[in-house]
Amino acid sequence: MNIHEYQAKEILRGFGVPIPNGKIATTPADAEAIAKELGVAVMVKAQVHAGGRGKAGGVKFCKTPADAKEKATAILGMQIKGLTVEKVLVTVAADIGSEAYVGIIVDRQRKKPVFMVSAAGGIDIEQVAAQTPEKILYLPVDTRYGLRSYEAMRMGFFLYDDVKRARQAAKIMQQLYAAFMASGCSLAEINPLVATPAGELIAVDGKMVIDDNELDRRPEIEALRDVSSEAPSEVDARNSNLTFIKLEGDVGCVVNGAGLAMATMDLVKYYGGEPANFLDIGGSSNPEKVVNALRIITADANVKCILFNIFGGITRTDDVANGIVTATKANPLKVPIVIRLTGTNEEIAMKILTDNGFTASADMDEAVIKAVKLAKGGQAA
Amino acid sequence: MSIFINKDTTLVVQGITGRDGSFHTKQMIEYGTNVVAGVTPGKGGQKFDDAVPIFNTVHDAVAATGANTSVIYVPPMFAADAIMEAVDAGCAMVVCITEGVPVLDMTRVYPFVKERGARLLGPNCPGLISPGQAKVGIIPGRICIPGNVGVVSRSGTLTYEVVYQLTRAGLGQTTCVGIGGDPINGTNFIDCLDAFEKDPHTKAVAMMGEIGGTDEQEAADFVKHHMTKPVVGFIAGQTAPPGRRMGHAGAIISGSAGTAAEKIEAFKAAGIGVAVRPMDFVELIKAKLH
Repeated sequence: MNIHEYQAKEILRGFGVPIPNGKIATTPADAEAIAKELGVAVMVKAQVHAGGRGKAGGVKFCKTPADAKEKATAILGMQIKGLTVEKVLVTVAADIGSEAYVGIIVDRQRKKPVFMVSAAGGIDIEQVAAQTPEKILYLPVDTRYGLRSYEAMRMGFFLYDDVKRARQAAKIMQQLYAAFMASGCSLAEINPLVATPAGELIAVDGKMVIDDNELDRRPEIEALRDVSSEAPSEVDARNSNLTFIKLEGDVGCVVNGAGLAMATMDLVKYYGGEPANFLDIGGSSNPEKVVNALRIITADANVKCILFNIFGGITRTDDVANGIVTATKANPLKVPIVIRLTGTNEEIAMKILTDNGFTASADMDEAVIKAVKLAKGGQAA
Repeated sequence: MSIFINKDTTLVVQGITGRDGSFHTKQMIEYGTNVVAGVTPGKGGQKFDDAVPIFNTVHDAVAATGANTSVIYVPPMFAADAIMEAVDAGCAMVVCITEGVPVLDMTRVYPFVKERGARLLGPNCPGLISPGQAKVGIIPGRICIPGNVGVVSRSGTLTYEVVYQLTRAGLGQTTCVGIGGDPINGTNFIDCLDAFEKDPHTKAVAMMGEIGGTDEQEAADFVKHHMTKPVVGFIAGQTAPPGRRMGHAGAIISGSAGTAAEKIEAFKAAGIGVAVRPMDFVELIKAKLH
């Protein structure tokens, strides 16, 4: 789950990371009032779940409160990578001496969280990594012991020659690490970490991505979710414990398992069709999930045919069959449905389906070919 | 004859009385797996299905029955502890089926398991099956037949799909392993490829990968330098939009690393046969076996 910059900064501030003062505004008048209250030059920053906000014109420097009002007027309602800006952060503009990058990410290869720090912050860190890898220090952390003082100091001295600043940076590393672990992050970043001409370090931008698997045990983090920044159909799917991603095609896919769901989409494309979505009903089966899946798929007006591809393992195919029957009795389908189903309790499932007037096949390619044809308005073979 | 599990596997089921645990324990027993014990705290002394003794802890179960392998069906927040408990009790092979285990929990579990020399499969995986000998996990037994193809996959149901098609074509399997799609898992492609290379009965390997990460590219490199047996590979997610999460925490395209095209290129460069559709495995493997 993504959280906004202002939310990440509040978490970091709670762990002691120095963050410039600021508040969130949803109207230009609010932005002006906050700038007035802060009493100094400010930055007005779009709060959306997208990178490249600055390049898109969503981050502006404002000398006066009137200036802040004007810039907020331009930014609020603006589209950044297809997302509408509904909130801006109005925050004290830092006096910038130098900019460093500090990030921590769970690394698949090392199987540990890894710190990445570089004195070449503020710009595209991927470019630094690709062109001048020696400018980045990678430091894996063994989470059983936590970040040790000497490791934090090593990063501090990698960024700053001055011992006072290095110590200050080391303290920020510890605070960032604590926030990362306590919030169940898969990524946390301070970019840039600014050293002011006066010698102070401040986190001018903050980003956190939370591991979805942590949310059950961290209700305070789940509460930070901004539902308005997500597609309504995806929110509905999540509330029903389904993974759903809307695409542009016309074959609505209901599949169990992410790998098979992707392979099914690939096969739809292979046979000349376009998938309307990715939808994974997941492992443990429950007829209710199928009912919800059908509701979400049929809400998409582009869908011309529905394709079920279920390979039962932990999912019992009879549960899926019951779900299809229940859902279509309550809301008769307006588009054709093609069912492919095999695996656990297949015989029971097939009987449920035939008793209720459905046909089902056990072959994946056959089902996909049929669904693609039906979506194009053809007759099933 | 197989890798990781065989006729001598003695299994303890953690979470044996839960909905999924009890259902799949019955399936494993029906398949012929030697399930010697179950664990559910508070139900020690009872019996599962009037046959399998239940213990309060894995230590008790191992002490009483000598179980050498554990399978875990406990809720995600308890899975990390369950894995460490099984390893600490002396199980050499631990298979964690549970989906939704926080990745930071796995950063603690992984070194714990490695340092004790045990093997972990998963989490968030379907387990494994050595047809005709034993199954540990949730792979449907009836889609497999004994034979000489090794199968390894990051996905669950996609594994079933490919195995089902192999079986229908008469291509039996030595062992089918689902390694799971989480960012940190106990066993990776290379571990399985290495084991298949060393298993005298395995003559060819089918490998199913996904978009995201670089595991498949590293596996391709291993095949190129360390394997004499033929390998056929498939990558799911060729049509997935970039940058979107497709359900598995691991299936994230980041930067240039991890696209289907990149992985397929790596396969080709390593001499791995590329299946465009799941059904293509059949002809490609038949050709490699002749």
